Amino acid sequence: MNKPVASPNRVIKSQHVKLGTKNKMDQTYTDINTMFYDAERTPSFMTGSEVIRQAIKVASVGTSVAYPITPQSEAAALIGELYSEGYLEEYFRGESEFAVMGQCAGAAFGGHRVFTTTAGPGTLRAMENFPMWAGSRLPIQVCVTMRGVNSPLSIQPDTLEASYLLETGMLMWHAETAQDLYDFILKGFIVAEQPDVHIPIATMCDGFFVTHTKDTVMLPPENLCLTPYDPYKSPVPCMDMECPPIRMMRDPFVMKSNYISYSTHASWQQEVRAAVERSRKHTIPLLDGLIDVENIDREILLVSSGTAVSQGREAIRLLEEEGIKVGLVKIKTIRPFPHEEIKEATKRAKHIFVPEFNMAGWLAREIKAIVPNNERVVAGPHVAGGMTMPSEVIVEEIKKYLGIEVARK
Amino acid sequence: MSQYQVKAGPEAFLPPAAASMGVILPDPGECHIEGRIAPEEEGYEYAARKFLEAKVPTIFPGPLVLWNWNENATKKAKAIRALADALPARLIPMADYRPKYPKIDAEAEINPNHPNLTIWHNKIDVCIFVGVHCHQANLALKIIRGGTDCFTMAMCAQAGHEDACLSFRDASVEKITKLMDAVNKLKKEGVKSQAESFVQIKMTSSGRVA
Repeated sequence: MNKPVASPNRVIKSQHVKLGTKNKMDQTYTDINTMFYDAERTPSFMTGSEVIRQAIKVASVGTSVAYPITPQSEAAALIGELYSEGYLEEYFRGESEFAVMGQCAGAAFGGHRVFTTTAGPGTLRAMENFPMWAGSRLPIQVCVTMRGVNSPLSIQPDTLEASYLLETGMLMWHAETAQDLYDFILKGFIVAEQPDVHIPIATMCDGFFVTHTKDTVMLPPENLCLTPYDPYKSPVPCMDMECPPIRMMRDPFVMKSNYISYSTHASWQQEVRAAVERSRKHTIPLLDGLIDVENIDREILLVSSGTAVSQGREAIRLLEEEGIKVGLVKIKTIRPFPHEEIKEATKRAKHIFVPEFNMAGWLAREIKAIVPNNERVVAGPHVAGGMTMPSEVIVEEIKKYLGIEVARK
Repeated sequence: MSQYQVKAGPEAFLPPAAASMGVILPDPGECHIEGRIAPEEEGYEYAARKFLEAKVPTIFPGPLVLWNWNENATKKAKAIRALADALPARLIPMADYRPKYPKIDAEAEINPNHPNLTIWHNKIDVCIFVGVHCHQANLALKIIRGGTDCFTMAMCAQAGHEDACLSFRDASVEKITKLMDAVNKLKKEGVKSQAESFVQIKMTSSGRVA
């Protein structure tokens, strides 16, 4: 399938007419490369929710729509504060998550840069809208602060909801840390809005572990902000009174039952997936690759995404103390999925462990589907429902699998 | 994996999107020819030669150049008309993107949801899309590649189209004119247009008038 982009020097430079000018908050519209690679960054100590606020403060967002659901409520409320200060043009509370995502679509059809947040059952309640966003080529960003979705009710961290988003046609980036989350939100707008991509993006993080714990985050100056969204770069007609989206939604081909209608629908879906693939070219330079690797020449590898990566790092340190050497692959983008990168990074590994914060093991399934000799892939360890994943649990899983006796205290 | 090539079809009942087969769009100053990234200058001559060798060379102008919505659109439209006259090529508009039911006038117009009908009806063997929104252009280009033997090209105002057999990016009046210059240069060198004679159909916003 997709081949790796072999041009790490490709950078996206904004050509927006407002580049270098100031907005009403006295922020200067700045190219993303300047914000991240040239501007001096200073450390701040803050929660993930506060990080979302800080990112949106410099993201030149037009509209944000909010609805309360733990653990994203605080972030949504903090964005409301930004609105009251004048950083956003529109902000309001929707009637439900389903309504919120529909209202986001309206704002995006109208040409605004749009940001919202959701979590757990909210994500599932809104689900119908996500493939609609993608099919309508709306580059909306939704920050998904992942939590449990099942009954009995759990508000605690769980990454199961990501599996439901896999085939929506959205980009999906999974942040490990608060720093990742900040970077992904800003860079996510830039990639999602490229005219050859122009699809929605889910910037995901593990609820509470990232949203409610404090971490040191390096931030660019607040007097810089992203260049605005340019709706005239859209691959579909902008909405205006001559061309309301309802004409495309309502008119045939949607309603017809014939070969042409089916063929167009199929091609349309292919085009959305093609847009996901095109995002690789823009994402690779901005995220410095779709994966990060450490010591991949080792026979044992941990391959994971999100907070499970952090726990994996500590497990690797513990195993190292016992003389067991383990390498690490951190997956940053779930869509596009880094097929070739993972195949290359794991080609020497004899054992590939995939720790996950969910019961389904969806990431292990994704990896098993693409690597040769996939009996090497060990789906686990798994925790769910809000459980933490102590590093010792990962250590134990690896040692048990390798037939090394595990001492119980 | 062998490198996927974006060739004229008919390729398949449902051909894959070229991007999903690893074809990457050109950077500024580049074009792609059948999936291979090439200097833009190479693309002009390649496209001009394809046009001159065609029996039914056709330009498909889309809404972005058909409607007088800004000054640049008008200039582009004039450049496209000049290109059509230089070749010569017929102009068949894609005025909007809704499917035409119960039946398209395939001689006079094209639609992104069933572009193959227009290609088949007019026996078009080489075409270029210009002024078509990228999403709709990609739909049409892929459907054409799937079901017809037409060599497709795109003069895209954004990042280009890997679903065309040849694609330019960042289209401007200057680039359309450069393509016309390449045509004229080949003609001066003795390359003759193989185009069959035709009568250009005239249309207004209310439909066919002649």
